[in-house]
Amino acid sequence: MSTFIQTVIVGLRLGSVYALIALGYTMVYGIIRLINFAHGDFIMVGGYTIIFTVPLVLALGLPAWAAVLAAVAVCALVGMGTEIIAYRPVRKKGTNMSALITAIAMSLFLENLAQAIPAIGPNPKVADQIFTAGGFKIGSVTFEYTTVITIVISAVIMIVLYMFTQKTRLGRAMRCVSEDKSAATLMGINVNHTIILTFAIGSALAAVAALMYMAQYPRIYTTLGSDLGIKAFVSAVLGGIGIIPGAVLGGFVVGLFESFTTSYISSSLADAVVFLILIVVLLLKPAGIMGKNVGEKV
Amino acid sequence: MKNNKTARSYLVNTLVIAAAFILFQVLTGLFGSEGDFKLVLVPSLWQCCYLILLAASLNLVLGFLGQLSLGHCGFMAIGAYTAALISLACERAGVFTDKAGLVYILIIFGCIIAAGLLAAVTGLLVGIPALRLKGDYLAIITLGFGMIIVNVINNLPFCGQDGLSQGSAAASLYKTGLGFGSKAKVTYLWIALVVTILCLTLMFMFVRSKYGRAIRAIKDDEIAASASGINVSSYKVLTFTYSAFFAGVAGALYACANSSLSTSSFAFTNAGILNSTFVVVMVVLGGMGSLTGSIVAAVIMFFVNYQIANGSWVAALPPFLNGVFKYPMLVYAVVLVIVIIFRPRGIFGTYEFSLTRLPEDVKKARARRAAAKAERKEAVSHG
Amino acid sequence: MAENKVPVLETKKLGINFGGLKAVSDFNIQIYEGELRGLIGPNGAGKTTVFNMLTGVYEPTEGTVLLNGVPLNGKKTHQFVAAGIARTFQNIRLFGQMSVIENVKVAFTKDVKYNLLDASLRTRKFWKAEREMTDKAMELLSIFGLEDAAELPASSLPYGRQRKLEIARALATDMKVLLLDEPAAGMNPTETAELLDCINTIRNRFGIAILLIEHDMSLVMNVCERIKVIDYGVTIADGLPEEIASNPRVIAAYLGE
Repeated sequence: MSTFIQTVIVGLRLGSVYALIALGYTMVYGIIRLINFAHGDFIMVGGYTIIFTVPLVLALGLPAWAAVLAAVAVCALVGMGTEIIAYRPVRKKGTNMSALITAIAMSLFLENLAQAIPAIGPNPKVADQIFTAGGFKIGSVTFEYTTVITIVISAVIMIVLYMFTQKTRLGRAMRCVSEDKSAATLMGINVNHTIILTFAIGSALAAVAALMYMAQYPRIYTTLGSDLGIKAFVSAVLGGIGIIPGAVLGGFVVGLFESFTTSYISSSLADAVVFLILIVVLLLKPAGIMGKNVGEKV
Repeated sequence: MKNNKTARSYLVNTLVIAAAFILFQVLTGLFGSEGDFKLVLVPSLWQCCYLILLAASLNLVLGFLGQLSLGHCGFMAIGAYTAALISLACERAGVFTDKAGLVYILIIFGCIIAAGLLAAVTGLLVGIPALRLKGDYLAIITLGFGMIIVNVINNLPFCGQDGLSQGSAAASLYKTGLGFGSKAKVTYLWIALVVTILCLTLMFMFVRSKYGRAIRAIKDDEIAASASGINVSSYKVLTFTYSAFFAGVAGALYACANSSLSTSSFAFTNAGILNSTFVVVMVVLGGMGSLTGSIVAAVIMFFVNYQIANGSWVAALPPFLNGVFKYPMLVYAVVLVIVIIFRPRGIFGTYEFSLTRLPEDVKKARARRAAAKAERKEAVSHG
Repeated sequence: MAENKVPVLETKKLGINFGGLKAVSDFNIQIYEGELRGLIGPNGAGKTTVFNMLTGVYEPTEGTVLLNGVPLNGKKTHQFVAAGIARTFQNIRLFGQMSVIENVKVAFTKDVKYNLLDASLRTRKFWKAEREMTDKAMELLSIFGLEDAAELPASSLPYGRQRKLEIARALATDMKVLLLDEPAAGMNPTETAELLDCINTIRNRFGIAILLIEHDMSLVMNVCERIKVIDYGVTIADGLPEEIASNPRVIAAYLGE
C-alpha cells in the first residue's frame, strides 16, 4: 500500500512539472496553431541560467531558488526572440508544415548552441541543492519537501494562470486572438503584442518547470529539453491542445502513468507506455481528452 | 514525338548510370587496395548510399505526400537490426563461414530484402492508425511511434549482444557477418551502389506514375483529391509503407557499413548526426518534392559533416569558432530557418535534375531571369 | 415521359443536424438522365450542405442518397465518385502546383488498371494506360479550350479558366451526375456566357444529369429545366423556372419578409 501511495506522489510530482511545461505548449498552440518544438529547450535554457546564477544569488544572501527569477527573465527573452526572429517571418509566408519545420530547426539551434558554448559544453552539469533536503513521514509514507513544494507551487501557478486568462484584459485578448485573429484585430487588439506576451508567459513557465525539475534531479544536459519537452507535449496533446485545463489534466495523466510503469513494470518502458497512451487517445478522440473536433470547411 | 523523347531520356539515363558504374568498378579494381581510396572514399560512399536512400524515401512522404513524419529513423532501425540479426543467425547456423563466395553474397541480398520488407510491414501497421491524423498530430504520433520502435528494440532480449546492443556495451558487428571492414567495403561496394540505384529507380517510377500524381494531388488539396475519386487514406498508407521499405533497406546498408549498432543512432534527436531530425533537414534543404534534390542534399551534407569531423582546416580555425564547427547541426539549423523563410519548398523545390533536359532548363532559367530583369527595369522607369 | 424511368440521382428525406441545429431537413429530389436542375436559395440556406451530403463529405443524420436506385449510405467521398457523382467547389479547389493536364489525369486514377509492379517495371500495360490517359485528358481539355495551357501550372490560369478546368476534372471521373457549386461566382458576363455554352455542350455531348447551385438568378432561369428552392434547410418551392419566378414564398425568401 505504501508503495502505491509513494507511486502516486511521484506521479503527481512528475505530473505537475509536465503540466507546467505543457501549459507553455498549449498556450502557444492555442494562439498560433504551432507546436513550438523549441519550448522544451527553453527549459534547458532556464536550467543553465539557474546553474550559473545560483552562486551569485547565494553570495547576495538570498535563498538558492531565487535564481529562478533570472531564469524567468532569460527564458521570456529567448521565447520572445524565437517568435520574432523565426516564427513570425515564416508564419507570414509559409504553410503549416514550414512553420513546424522552423520550430524543429529552432530546437536544434538552441540545443547545439548550448553545446557549442564553452561554459556549457556537451557534458552534463550538476546543480546545487535548491530546496531544503529531507521530508516528513505520515504513517509509512515519506513526503519530501521538494515534492510537496513542487506540487503546491505548480498548483498555485496553474490557478493564477487560469484566472489570468479568464478575468484580466490581457487574458481575454489572448483568448480572443486564439479564436479569430482578424476579428481580434478589428476589436483593436494588437495581435503581435498578444502573441509575444503568450510566448513570454509560456517560456517563463518553462523556467519555473526547470527549477522544479532540478530540485529533484540536479543534473542538467543540453538535450534535457527535448526529453522533457516531448513528454510535456504529449501531455498537452493528450488533454486537448490549446485548452489550458486540458494541459494540466494531460500532465497529471502522463506523470501518473510514467510513475506507475516505472515502479510496477520497468523504467525502460516508461517512454513507450506514455506514447502508447497518446496513440490510443488520439485514435479514439483525435482532438484529445477535452478537445473538440473541428472539421475542415468545404 | 513525345514518346521518342521519353525513350531517349530513359536510354541516356541508363547509359550514363551504367557507364559510371562500370568506370567505378574499374577504378575500384585499380586502386581498391590503396590508402585514401580504401580508407576514405569507399566508406564515404557507403555512408552516402544510405543517407541518400534515407532522404529520398522520406521525401516520398514529406515532399510528395506532404505529411510530416518524424519517426523515419525508426524504420531504418528495424532494417538495420533485421539485417544484422539474420546474418548473425546464418553464421551461427553455419550457412557461411568466411565472408566470401556466392552464398555470402546471396545472404547479404537476403538481409537487405528482409530488412526492407519488415520495415514496410511496420510502416503499414504504423501508417494505418497514424495517417488518420493530420499535420501537427501526425508529426507527433510518428515521433511517438519512432520512439516506441527504438524503445522496443532496446528491450528485446536477443538484441543485446554481439554489437547489437545499446551504446557502449556494443561488441563488434564484424562477428555477425555484416559490419564490413575496410577491405570488405571495397569488395562489396558494388552491392551498395546497385541497391541504391535500384531503389532510387523504383522511387522515380513510383513518383512518375498514377501513384505520384495521386499523392501530389493529396498534398495540394485532400478534399479535392477525394472528390476526384482518389482513396486518400489508402494512398497515404501505401506511400508510407513504400517509404518505410526503402528506409529499411537504408538500415541494412547501415548495418553493413558500421561496426556496431546502437539504437540511440535512430532516435528523434541525439548528439550525433544520424537521427530523424537530420533526415528531415536533408529533405527540406534538398527540396520537398525533388528526389534528385534529396540526393544532392545528402551528398553535400555528408561532405560537410566529413569535413567538419576530419578536415584539417577546422583545427586551424580560431578557437571561438571551434565550437560552431564541432556541432554542424547548429549551422544546419540556421540554414534551415533561412531556407524556410526564403524558399519554403526547399532549395530545389520540386525541380528535378535531368541529364537530358539540363541544357534546356538552364536556357529557360536564363530567359526567366532576363525577363524578370527587364520587368524590374520597366517598373523602375515607370516608377 | 421521364417519370417512368428510374432517376439517376434521388434523395429520400435527406436531413442533417449540426449539434442540434437542423441545417437541412426532408430534402427530396429526383434527377433524371440528361436533366439540368437548379438549386437556389438565399445565403446560408443549406445549398452547399446538400452538396456535401450528396458527395459523402458530410454523413446525413437521416435519409438516403440513391444513385440509379442504389443507396450510398455510409460511403466515403471517393466511393461516391466511383459510383458516379462528381462535383465542383464554390471556392475553386484545383491542384494548384500540378499542371493543367495532370489535374485532369488525377481524376482518371481510379479507373487506371495498372499496378505498382507495372509502374515499377514500366510494362507495356503501363505505357498504354498512360498514353490513353493523355489522349483522353487532351480531348477533355479541348472541349474547354484549355489544350494550349496543358503544361502550365493550374494556379497560373485566370479565374474563368480555372473554373472550366475544375469542371473538366469532374467530368474526367466518368460520372453520371455532375454537381456544380456556383460555377459562375465571380465571373464577368462574358465569362458567364462562355460557361453557359460549356454546360450546354457537355450536357448534349455526355448526356449526363446536372445539378446546379447558383446565385445568379438569370443564369438559373435561362438554363435549368426545373428549379428547387430551399431556405433555412427546408424546401419552399419546386417547379419550372416561370413558376418559381412568380412564387410568392420564393420572392419573400429572397427579399426578406
